[in-house]
Amino acid sequence: MTDAAEATPPPPEAGPAAGAPVPALEARGIVKAFPGVLANDAVDFDLRPGEIHALLGENGAGKSTLMNILAGLYRPDAGEILLDGRPVAFRSPREAIAAGLGMVHQHFTLVPSQTVTENVLLGLSKPRFWLRPAASDAEVAGLASRYGLKVDPEARIWQLSVGEQQRVEILKLLYRGARILIMDEPTAVLAPQEIEAMMRTLRSMAADGRSIVFISHKLGEVLAIADRITVMRHGRVTAAGIPAAGATRTDLAKLMVGRAVFDVLDRAPIEPGPVVLDVRGVSAENDRALPALRDLSLQVRAGEILGIAAVAGNGQSELAEVITALRPCRGSVRIGDQEVANRSTATAIKAGVAHVPEDRTGVGTSPNLSLADNLIMKRYTAPPIARGWFIDDDAARHMAQGLKDTYSIAAPSIDTEARLLSGGNLQRLIIAREIDTGPRLMVAVQPTRGLDVGAIETVHMTLLRRREAGTAILLISEELDELLALADRIAVLYEGRIVGMFPAETADIHEIGLLMTGGGDPGGPEAVTAATPGASGDGA
Amino acid sequence: MTLVLEPRETVSRRFVWGVTFAALLVALLISGIVIWWVGGDPVRSFLHIVDSAFGSVGVISDTLVKATPLILTGLACSLAFRMRLWNIGAEGQFLLGAWGASAVVLFPLLPAGTPAIIVIPAMMLAGAVAGGLWGFIPGVLRARLGVSEIIVTLMLNYVALLWIQYWVFGAWSEAGFQQTKPFPPEAVLPRLTDLAETFPALGGLTVHLGLIFGIVAASIMWVALERTRWGYEIRLIGDSPRAAEYAGIDIRRKIIVVFVISGALAGLGGMSEVSGVVHRLQDHISPGYGFTAIIIAYLARFGPFRVIVASILFGALILAGREIQPQGIPAMVQGIILFALVGSDVLIRYRVRFDRRLATA
Repeated sequence: MTDAAEATPPPPEAGPAAGAPVPALEARGIVKAFPGVLANDAVDFDLRPGEIHALLGENGAGKSTLMNILAGLYRPDAGEILLDGRPVAFRSPREAIAAGLGMVHQHFTLVPSQTVTENVLLGLSKPRFWLRPAASDAEVAGLASRYGLKVDPEARIWQLSVGEQQRVEILKLLYRGARILIMDEPTAVLAPQEIEAMMRTLRSMAADGRSIVFISHKLGEVLAIADRITVMRHGRVTAAGIPAAGATRTDLAKLMVGRAVFDVLDRAPIEPGPVVLDVRGVSAENDRALPALRDLSLQVRAGEILGIAAVAGNGQSELAEVITALRPCRGSVRIGDQEVANRSTATAIKAGVAHVPEDRTGVGTSPNLSLADNLIMKRYTAPPIARGWFIDDDAARHMAQGLKDTYSIAAPSIDTEARLLSGGNLQRLIIAREIDTGPRLMVAVQPTRGLDVGAIETVHMTLLRRREAGTAILLISEELDELLALADRIAVLYEGRIVGMFPAETADIHEIGLLMTGGGDPGGPEAVTAATPGASGDGA
Repeated sequence: MTLVLEPRETVSRRFVWGVTFAALLVALLISGIVIWWVGGDPVRSFLHIVDSAFGSVGVISDTLVKATPLILTGLACSLAFRMRLWNIGAEGQFLLGAWGASAVVLFPLLPAGTPAIIVIPAMMLAGAVAGGLWGFIPGVLRARLGVSEIIVTLMLNYVALLWIQYWVFGAWSEAGFQQTKPFPPEAVLPRLTDLAETFPALGGLTVHLGLIFGIVAASIMWVALERTRWGYEIRLIGDSPRAAEYAGIDIRRKIIVVFVISGALAGLGGMSEVSGVVHRLQDHISPGYGFTAIIIAYLARFGPFRVIVASILFGALILAGREIQPQGIPAMVQGIILFALVGSDVLIRYRVRFDRRLATA
């Protein structure tokens, strides 16, 4: 990543001076309350023509709420929105896009069985009855090549990687003539090489006079791409449109979380203890009955963090499920003296396995149950919460309240339903619950994905503290920086096999990256895209 | 003008009950219009329904008699529905329970002259076991093979009906009639009227011990669901099966256990009906209690005590409906209530807004 100042043209002089250009989009005094939270508290925001404006903030800071209001998805309780200086009130995203304002959400809205072009044309009135596929394909391809959005117009959506699907979403907006694009955490789903391509696309769109709002909580990206930066915290703007050129990571982090963040983790040297997790010759299938793990063996010792580096879909999810006895397999998985392969999940829990699952809302929590009910999930069968057949409500509430306070889970009360928590708080809930059992082995899958700086720090500190307490930790992450910072050893998983194992001190990030994507092909970053889950053999 | 549905973020308890109550009122209003349309006087009809269901101690007793089988089958459905097991087979489980209880008397499984203190519990057990068996079949098919419990329970209702007919037309038929011989006194549940000799005021009141079964069952179920590990697991599975599996719960086992208990509750309802009301086994012992139970479970939003209240409401409707017309209107009112309740769910989950402007392309 290059310095922001040389990568982008210098932004027009900021400040309240007269003669500033009319903003392409402006929000004034936006207020939006949800039950229990004031998501936007008199927020001002302005977007100049042709600029990339980053909106930075922790999860739950109110970034997405603000953008959903601008894009016509929510209505503000108070405040006004001006498009090219004229007040507007969109009642739906359809009206917003008609006025030239479109949003790319984190969750895509594409029809999997249709082609790229068909998805782009969907809902438009222009080809009235007869479709002319060839002409439309050419039109889409032309638009795509103009902004470096590499995607085959005739491919069907299900065949595409996540990164390619995102490009289709952008194409949809461009085709509809969007002059203002709101990108909600566009890099969260992308592999490193795809992120670079995305950055180039964004810059070429901005150079073309389009205005872009770039929502993110990754400081490095924001500094690399943005002209100006607006920071939000707890529903308020803490820095309004400051030029990116003069900003530093430390300043931004402080504005985001309200205090200084420690960049360097304090990792105490520890002599690993006896082997806690012993996986021998394990093979397993994924949900589509295709081989996901192939004769895999590994050991993790007490007080050791073994990091698993892999591109999505190379068996890491299945590995976590096999160890926590959620997925059947062949081979042996021992935790201490207990064999857990193909046993009940309860056996693994009893053997001392804690599991921070990849899917927080579908697996890690029960959305409509209360915070308290979610926190006792792994503890309700044993005293003090269990009293024979009964659940001691007082004990359960006491424990839940204690965990809520200790791990600073932000929620109105322990009776709040889990689905109302933000991503970071949901993860705090899961980690609080999993760590509180005093596990011998902890399996953490993408524990910081989608989290903001403050929450990531909590997760990292907690994992290191568990390591010092003698827990064996298997850390599966797509963030190589995270693995290098936390792990004692790093194993690279590719197509269900371990293709490399390095001590973290001597690990070379480039070598790991190469192995992750299928070995020594020097075809350059562009040759590599994230493999879709389950697809195998189409790597580099 | 377009109608726009926006999902609600949070829903208060009071709002849910307000909407439910409003749905009931709307259902009554629609029913009133239909009554008026066919030439009746809706106000007088409804007043008549209220009067003939709650107008005197005698009819209140009759209402409670009608409510009793509804309570037990309603609890059966509520329990299964909590776990998102769609047990549409309470009717069949009810019939099997009636058969099982009758078998104790008619085979006979106990020697003649056994006192009521033994016969009644034996009948209860037999009824619950037979109903539980009828729940076990869909439960095991769903848990082990993933067969849809809706289809299985629905079809087993017909099997149960034919099974009853087989016995009352054949082996147990009394002199060729479609009914068995009456049960001996020791196989009959005590009624309030049985105490008329000491308390004359109770004369003619047909409320029987089955009502107590219902109330006790509702109480036990409430405690089990709200206060025990078992109930916690049901809530967890009902809300998120994958989270439940992750928490180490054996979901398959739970499906079977819940289905068996659900069937046993409905079976106990069948026992209570033959032993407390009909006093013999015959064809047509149920006017569809097991189906009405589905509506009751929904109206009560699966709460055990609320099932009792809803059952009394429907008991009144069945009883008074017969006063007005043996078929037709009362069934229609029930159907409209179900429609209104299902419709009201949309209002609970979404906010409805009218958009006067045409959407621009």
